Amino acid sequence: MNLTLHVWRQKNAHDKGRMEVYQARDISEHMSFLEMLDVVNEQLVEQGIDPIHFDHDCREGICGTCSLVINGAPHGHQKATTTCQLHMRHFSDGDHIYIEPFRAKAFPVIKDLVVDRSAFDRIMQAGGFVSVNTGGIPDANAIPIPKYFAEKAMDAAACIGCGACVAACKNASAMLFVGAKVSQFAHLPQGQVERERRVRAMVAQMDAEGFGNCTNQYECEAVCPKEISVEVIAKMNREYLRAATKKS
Amino acid sequence: MSTIASSNPPSTIPAYLTTTSIGKKVLMAVSGVIAFGFVCGHMLGNLQVFIGQDQMNHYAETLQNLGPMLWVIRLFLAAAFITHIWLGILLKLQNNAARPVGYKNETTQKASLASRTMIWTGLIILTFVAYHLLHYTARLTNPEYASLLDGQGRFDVYSMVIHGFSDWIISAVYIVGVGLLAYHLSHGVASMFQSLGLNSPAWQVRLNRIAWFFTILLFVGYASIPTAVLTGCLTLPGGGY
Amino acid sequence: MKLDAKIPSGPIAEKWSKHKFEMKLVNPANKRKYSVIVVGTGLAGASAAASMAELGYNVKAFCFQDSPRRAHSIAAQGGINAAKNYQNDGDSVFRLFYDTVKGGDFRSREANVHRLAEVSTAIIDQCVAQGVPFAREYGGLLANRSFGGAQVSRTFYARGQTGQQLLLGAYSALSRQIGLGKVQMYPRTEMLDVVLVDGHAKGIVVRNLVTGEVKSYAADAVVLATGGYGNVFYLSTNAMACNVTAAYRAYKRGAAFANPCYTQIHPTCIPVSGEYQSKLTLMSESLRNDGRIWVPKSADDKRAPNDIPEADRDYYLERKYPSFGNLAPRDISSRAAKEVCDEGRGVGDTGLGVYLDFADAINRLGEDTIRERYGNLFDMYERITADNPYKVPMRIFPASHYTMGGLWVDYNLESTIPGLFVLGEANFSDHGANRLGASALMQGLADGYFVIPYTIANYFAAAGAKNLSPDGKDFKRTEDEVNERTRKLLSINGKRSVDSFHRELGKIMWDYCGMARNRKGLETALQKIPELREQFWQDVRVLGTNEELNMSLENAGRVADFLEFAEVMCEDALDREESCGAHFREEYQTEDGEALRNDKKYTYVAAWEYKGVGTKPELHKEPLEFENVKLATRSYK
Repeated sequence: MNLTLHVWRQKNAHDKGRMEVYQARDISEHMSFLEMLDVVNEQLVEQGIDPIHFDHDCREGICGTCSLVINGAPHGHQKATTTCQLHMRHFSDGDHIYIEPFRAKAFPVIKDLVVDRSAFDRIMQAGGFVSVNTGGIPDANAIPIPKYFAEKAMDAAACIGCGACVAACKNASAMLFVGAKVSQFAHLPQGQVERERRVRAMVAQMDAEGFGNCTNQYECEAVCPKEISVEVIAKMNREYLRAATKKS
Repeated sequence: MSTIASSNPPSTIPAYLTTTSIGKKVLMAVSGVIAFGFVCGHMLGNLQVFIGQDQMNHYAETLQNLGPMLWVIRLFLAAAFITHIWLGILLKLQNNAARPVGYKNETTQKASLASRTMIWTGLIILTFVAYHLLHYTARLTNPEYASLLDGQGRFDVYSMVIHGFSDWIISAVYIVGVGLLAYHLSHGVASMFQSLGLNSPAWQVRLNRIAWFFTILLFVGYASIPTAVLTGCLTLPGGGY
Repeated sequence: MKLDAKIPSGPIAEKWSKHKFEMKLVNPANKRKYSVIVVGTGLAGASAAASMAELGYNVKAFCFQDSPRRAHSIAAQGGINAAKNYQNDGDSVFRLFYDTVKGGDFRSREANVHRLAEVSTAIIDQCVAQGVPFAREYGGLLANRSFGGAQVSRTFYARGQTGQQLLLGAYSALSRQIGLGKVQMYPRTEMLDVVLVDGHAKGIVVRNLVTGEVKSYAADAVVLATGGYGNVFYLSTNAMACNVTAAYRAYKRGAAFANPCYTQIHPTCIPVSGEYQSKLTLMSESLRNDGRIWVPKSADDKRAPNDIPEADRDYYLERKYPSFGNLAPRDISSRAAKEVCDEGRGVGDTGLGVYLDFADAINRLGEDTIRERYGNLFDMYERITADNPYKVPMRIFPASHYTMGGLWVDYNLESTIPGLFVLGEANFSDHGANRLGASALMQGLADGYFVIPYTIANYFAAAGAKNLSPDGKDFKRTEDEVNERTRKLLSINGKRSVDSFHRELGKIMWDYCGMARNRKGLETALQKIPELREQFWQDVRVLGTNEELNMSLENAGRVADFLEFAEVMCEDALDREESCGAHFREEYQTEDGEALRNDKKYTYVAAWEYKGVGTKPELHKEPLEFENVKLATRSYK
C-alpha cells in the first residue's frame, strides 16, 4: 500500500519545528509501524535527507522506549498496543498518517519525534523505591502476602514508563504513571514503612517537573498499552490524604 | 546526567492541601461537594413553589428568620464557591502551561465533552449565578419586587417567582443556566469521588450513572419552575401573571 | 597473555565463603575515596551500581538508552531460578549447580557455577524486599514452576514479565542511590572506548548521544555490564540497539574474548515475514507443552495447513525423538527445524517456518483450557501475524536469543585487563556452551548484587585510590582515536545504508555460523566478512553531523564493530572441532545426528586475544576441570 505521512521534524530542542510530508511506497501490511518508518528512512537516506529520528528499542512492547502520537493517539488507535507492535494492516492504501511527538512541557523534544522523558526517572528517584540495601534481608517467604494484594501490586507494576498517559492527557498530567508506582508499593507489606514519605515526595517531584493536573477524564487509561486502571490514581489520592494525617 | 529538580514535599495539612496538584484537586472536590449539596437543597426549597403561595413564603420567611446564622451559612457557601472558582481557574492555567505546544491532529479517546468544557460551563454558570443573585436575592435588576407582600404581610416570594419567569427571555436564561449547571455536574459528581480517592473500577460505572441521574434530576427540578410559569401551570394567587 | 582463573582452593561448597574471607576489604571510612564506572544498567549493571553505592563507593553509571529502566533485561519473560527448595521437591544448591554444569554441556567453570547456585537464594530475598510482585499462592507464599524441562520447580516468576519486574527492582535501588547523590547517572551516553593507565582500566570515553560531545570519565575501576552480541545475526530477539561495542572495544584494548561461538538459538520465535523485518519476537517455550510441531512431507505441498491430511504431515520431532518429542531441548529442536527448511519443506511465504499446531490439544482439552494457559501468547501472536492460532497452526522459526560467550573473566569477574570487571551476559562465565531457561536473570543479579561488591574491594585494596583526572594524556589519546573514527564514518558518504550492511552481515553469520556450522562454511564466512567490512568503510552512508542526536552514526559505530567481531566468532567456531551445547559442528555428530563432544581435546575455555583488525586473534586456553560433576553425554531419545 502507499501512504502519505505527515511527520513532525525538528532539528533540535531550540528549533521551532514543522510538519513535513513524505510518501511511503510499497508498504507491506505485515510490517510494524516502526518497520514502515525504517523503510521510509532508508529511502530518505538515499535521497540525502536526514532520517526521521524516533525512539525505539525492544520492538516487542515491553521496554517502553517507543512513543509517537499517531493520528492523534499515543501509540496509535489500536487498543493495548505499543507503537512497535502496531502493524500496518490497520491502515489502508492512500491513508494520510499524522505522526507527532509526545507533547508535554515536562517532555521537551530533543529531535524530531524523540522526547526527553527523564522527568519520570526523577520522580522515581524522589521516592519510587523501598529503602533496602543489598544483603541482610529476611527470607523471601518470611512475610506471606495475600494473593489478591500481590496481584493488585503486579497490575500496577506492569507500567512500562512509556509516557503515553502524559501524551494523551488533555492536561499532560503524569498521575497514571506516578499512581501506578505508589499503588504497587501501597499494596505490599514491604512498601508500608515509607508509605507516607513516598507519596509525598513523588507527588511533589511530579509537580516540580511541570506536569499538569488530573481532571479525571481517563484518557490515560484509554491509551495505556498495559491497560493500567485509573484505580491507581484513586489509590494514590487516598494515600496522599492518608499521609496528610500522619506523622512520618 | 540527571539530577533531582528541586521539589518541596508538604509537611503541614494546609501545605498538603494547597501546594500540590493532588491537594488542590481535593479542595476542588470538597468545595464542589459543598456547592453540590447547596444546589440540591436549593432545588428542594424552590420546588415548594408547586405546593402553593403559603408554603413557599413560609419557607422563605423561615430562612430569613435565621438571622446571623443565615450570614454564617452564606459566608461558608461563598468561601466554597470562591475556592472552587479560583482553583478551577488556577488549575486550568497550570494545565495549559503543561502543554505549551499542542498537537496538530488531536483526538479524544474517552473524555466526555462535559469534562473538557468544565472551565467554560463553570464560568458561564458563574455569570448566571451573579445575575440570579442580582435578580432574586438582591433584587437590583428588579427593585419593584420589594413591594410584593402576601396576605399575611410576608414578603411574597411566590409572586416574585411568577413575575420573574413570566418574561420568557428571563425564563430562557434560567433554563439554559440550570442546563449548563446540570451538565457541569455530569462530570463533576463522578469526578469528585475519584479526586477524594473513593473510586474503583466497579464503582466507576455506577458513579457515572449516579452523576447522570443527578444531572437529569437537577435539570428537570430547576427547569420545571420557569416552564410551569410559562405554560400557565403556575399562576398568581388571583390568576394570570 | 596469561589466564589465571584465580579459583580458590578447597571443597566446592566452601570456595566462595573461604574466598570472601581471604579477600581484602576497604575500610568503611575509606570507601568514599574510591570511584567506579558502571557501563550498562540492565540487571547486572543496575544491581552492581546500586550495591556499590550503598557500600559507599562513588559510582558513575552510563547507559545509551533514554533511561536506565529500558535495558533489554526487561524483555525476559519466563522466570528466575533459585535453589530455595520451597516446593520440597528435592532441590538444593548442589542440584542447581549440577543442572547448570550439565546443561552447559560441561564447558563452564565449576567454581563459578557453584557460587551462582549459592547466591541464587539471596537474590529472591532481595527482590521481594524491594517490592518485586512475584506470583504467589493463595497461602501468600511464593509460587514456583518448572521451566525448560527441569525436574524440580525452582523458577520464580511475575506473570510473563519477570525480567521487567526484576529490572524495575534493580532500577528502583539505583534510582534511590541517584537521588541520594551516590550514583551519577548518565543516560543517552554511549561508551566508545576504555582507557588504560599503566595497564589498568581507569576510565572510559563516551559520546553524549544528544549533543555528540565526546568526553572522558576517570575512576578507580570500570565495570562493564553491556549485555550480549546476539545482534551480530541482525535478526534476533534482542532489542534493536543491543551491541558488542563496549565489550569489543575492551577486547581491542587487551581483554580476552571467551567462547564467542556459543550463541543460543531459541526454537520458538515468530518467523521472518519479509526483507524489511527488523527484529524477531520470542514466543514462550511453554507453548511446546501442548503444541505439535510439523511440516508437510513433501516439499511441493503448498496447500493451506488445515487442508493437509494427517498422512501428508511430518511430525519430525516426535518421529526423531519419540520420548522427548516436541519437548526436545532448545538446541535440538532448533536444528531440526533448520534441517526440514533446508530440505525445502519449510512453510509460510519465505519457507522459513514450521507449524506449531494446537488443533489436537484444543480437541482434547477444549479451547477454553488452551486460552487459559496461553491466551496472552496467542493474542500476541495474532497481533503480529494477524493469524488466529486457535484456528490455524502457528508458524515458528528459531532465532538468535542469548550469547553464552563474552569477555573472559576470572573468579573475581575481572577481565585480563586489571581493574576491568565484566558482569552478566557480557561475560562468559557461568553457562558454558548452553544456558538453561530462567538462568540469565539469575546470573545478572548474582554478579551485580552479590559478587562484584566483594571482589571489587579486593581490587581497590590492592590498587589503591588514584583519583585520576580525565584530562591526562592517556585519556586525550583515546578520545582522539574515538573522534578520528567518528570523523571517518561521517566522511565516507557512500551509497549504502548502515542497515544494509548489518543485514548482509547477519545473513552471512546466520548461514555459516548459525545453528549448524561446518569447516567449509566457516571458511567462506571468514572470507566474506573482511570483504564486507572493506566495502563498509568505502561505501557506507552516514548523514548528519557528530554534534547532534544522530542515530545512523550510533548505529554505524556498532555495525563497524560487529563487522570485526564476527570474524572472532567464526575463528572460535572453526577452532572448536566438536559439537557441544549450542555449538553444533556438522562434522562432529553421532550416526543419528546427535552432538558429539570431544572432551579429550576441547575441555577448555577458548579465550581470544586481539592481534589487529583482519589478523587472526591468538587463542589462549583455560583448561576446565570437573571434580564434582562427572562428564557425561546428554541424551533425549
